[in-house]
Amino acid sequence: MTNRSVVTTNVSASNLTNVYGGRTVLDIPSLEVKSGEVMAVIGPNGSGKTTLLFDLALLTTPATGTISYSNVPVKTGYQALQVRRRTATVFQEPLLLAASVYENVMQGLKLRHVADNEAKQRTLKWLDRFGVSALVKRAPRTLSGGEAKRVSLARAFALEPEVLFLDEPFTALDSPTRQTLLEDFDSVLRETKITTVIVTHDRNEALVIAQRVAVLINGKLHQLGTPQQVFNYPVDEEVAEFVEAGNILPGTVMVQDRGLALIKTDKKEIEAVSNLPAGTGVIVCLRYEDVTLMLPGQSSGITSARNRFIGKVVKTFPLGAQVRVTVDAGFPVVSLITLRSWEEMGLAAGSEVVVTFKASSIHLIQHK
Amino acid sequence: MGLLVDGLKQAFLLLIHWDRQTMKIASLSLLVSGSATLISLLLGIPLGTFLGLKHFRGKRFVASLVNTGMGAPPVVIGLVVTIFLWRSGPLGILHILYTPAAMIIAQVIIAFPLVAGFTMAAVQQLDPKLRLQIMALGASQTQMIWLILREARLPLLAAIMAGFGAVISEVGASMMVGGNITNQTRVMTTAIVGEDSKGNFSLAIALSILLMIIVYLVNLLLTWVQQRSRNA
Repeated sequence: MTNRSVVTTNVSASNLTNVYGGRTVLDIPSLEVKSGEVMAVIGPNGSGKTTLLFDLALLTTPATGTISYSNVPVKTGYQALQVRRRTATVFQEPLLLAASVYENVMQGLKLRHVADNEAKQRTLKWLDRFGVSALVKRAPRTLSGGEAKRVSLARAFALEPEVLFLDEPFTALDSPTRQTLLEDFDSVLRETKITTVIVTHDRNEALVIAQRVAVLINGKLHQLGTPQQVFNYPVDEEVAEFVEAGNILPGTVMVQDRGLALIKTDKKEIEAVSNLPAGTGVIVCLRYEDVTLMLPGQSSGITSARNRFIGKVVKTFPLGAQVRVTVDAGFPVVSLITLRSWEEMGLAAGSEVVVTFKASSIHLIQHK
Repeated sequence: MGLLVDGLKQAFLLLIHWDRQTMKIASLSLLVSGSATLISLLLGIPLGTFLGLKHFRGKRFVASLVNTGMGAPPVVIGLVVTIFLWRSGPLGILHILYTPAAMIIAQVIIAFPLVAGFTMAAVQQLDPKLRLQIMALGASQTQMIWLILREARLPLLAAIMAGFGAVISEVGASMMVGGNITNQTRVMTTAIVGEDSKGNFSLAIALSILLMIIVYLVNLLLTWVQQRSRNA
């Protein structure tokens, strides 16, 4: 078995721009993927995620800018090929060649002049690691989507890359297949500690796998931080909207009192934990699961929740084990409650409810 | 009806006795058309691959020329080649008009746009991302092109069949630049035309049958290769 020590490689981009048909589709002044980290790149369709990935992977040439590996700028031509041979890329489609599964995994190793014996060993090891060693002789067109994806992952890991790039690798798979494959993939990543960049539009994928998340919108990097930072504290409205920060309401801070801000929204006033001074324009972000619903009769007594409104259920929408309830409380507010609570409360359109949420569960974004 | 039966009978006898004259005609046909196909592959596959993979200004124009070439009438090509190789023509000093070399030139001009056009289509029908995937595996530019052609091998074999089929069955250009000279430039198609116009139907039928057998055998071989690689 090969047991080489982990080579640490960081990848960085500076002044990176890509132009298609006269339009700038990517504009990244600077970005660094630290060695050994898993970075997820998220963003809406057409935000430039894949363009960024292909630039970093040296598969496409940007209009301007430099890509560096281990802090050394990569030139084009032969040097780029040499550096590319230290990476692996997994695409959205498995993109297997018309040869057996075994030959598919061997192909990259051959191109990189890995000795035959070692290539064979690595091929069998990684096919086994992804649970597809029984398929070695099969032709790609006879594989299921999940099997083909496993082969393409084995093919990438067999290259023992210093840097791994993945472009929405799990998108085309059905939900159970996707979940088990994601778990396998995650444990392999933790084992190998390969520097990894993964493009995804699934926030759960990013939460599970990534140490840092980059949010790309319209070709620009809006936020780069831990998944918790990005999902709980989006830096601006666009990020909040994309990561589905929950209820979003524009407002203005009216009063600031010892870290508690009173915010005036269109119709109601909301209290939030914040040091922003009075007069600041803000976006109120409130996660659906942080909104509690009670029936009017049960809601007597004092709670620690600073915000309390009476409203009417507008509609309910079941989402598996949870139900999404939209309430008109003078402003539209969505709450995510369990199926059981929903059944016990007997909520339906028109039901009267009390909406509460804590001042501390509100995230405020300063309005530009 | 009697004509046909007589013809078939004589054809059978010619083939059974391995008639020297007939075999000479057949082997020249194979030599000329085989060489022309081979040269067409050498020219057409690189051109088709280039057109299929690269984006450049004027690509559509070049592609439209190739596509037009795929349907160019052999007699027009025969006429142009004749004029070029004519004693007073631009290439007259070569003195190759009415030789097998002239026939090969004409047939290359007929076949290579077919090979280039089919190759272009074969390369273009692959997922464009496959190229990036092959690069990501660590392929150099040359290795990438080789792997792309390997991926497109099924339609590429169709390109070979189309090229060979066009030139082995072509008569106009061969007649014009070869002249149908006995023992020198007489190939099967020109011989069939010649025997037919002399009313010598039995020989014409014999040659036709032989021609069909050759075309069938060559395509049988190519189909076998094609379908075998499909199952790989």
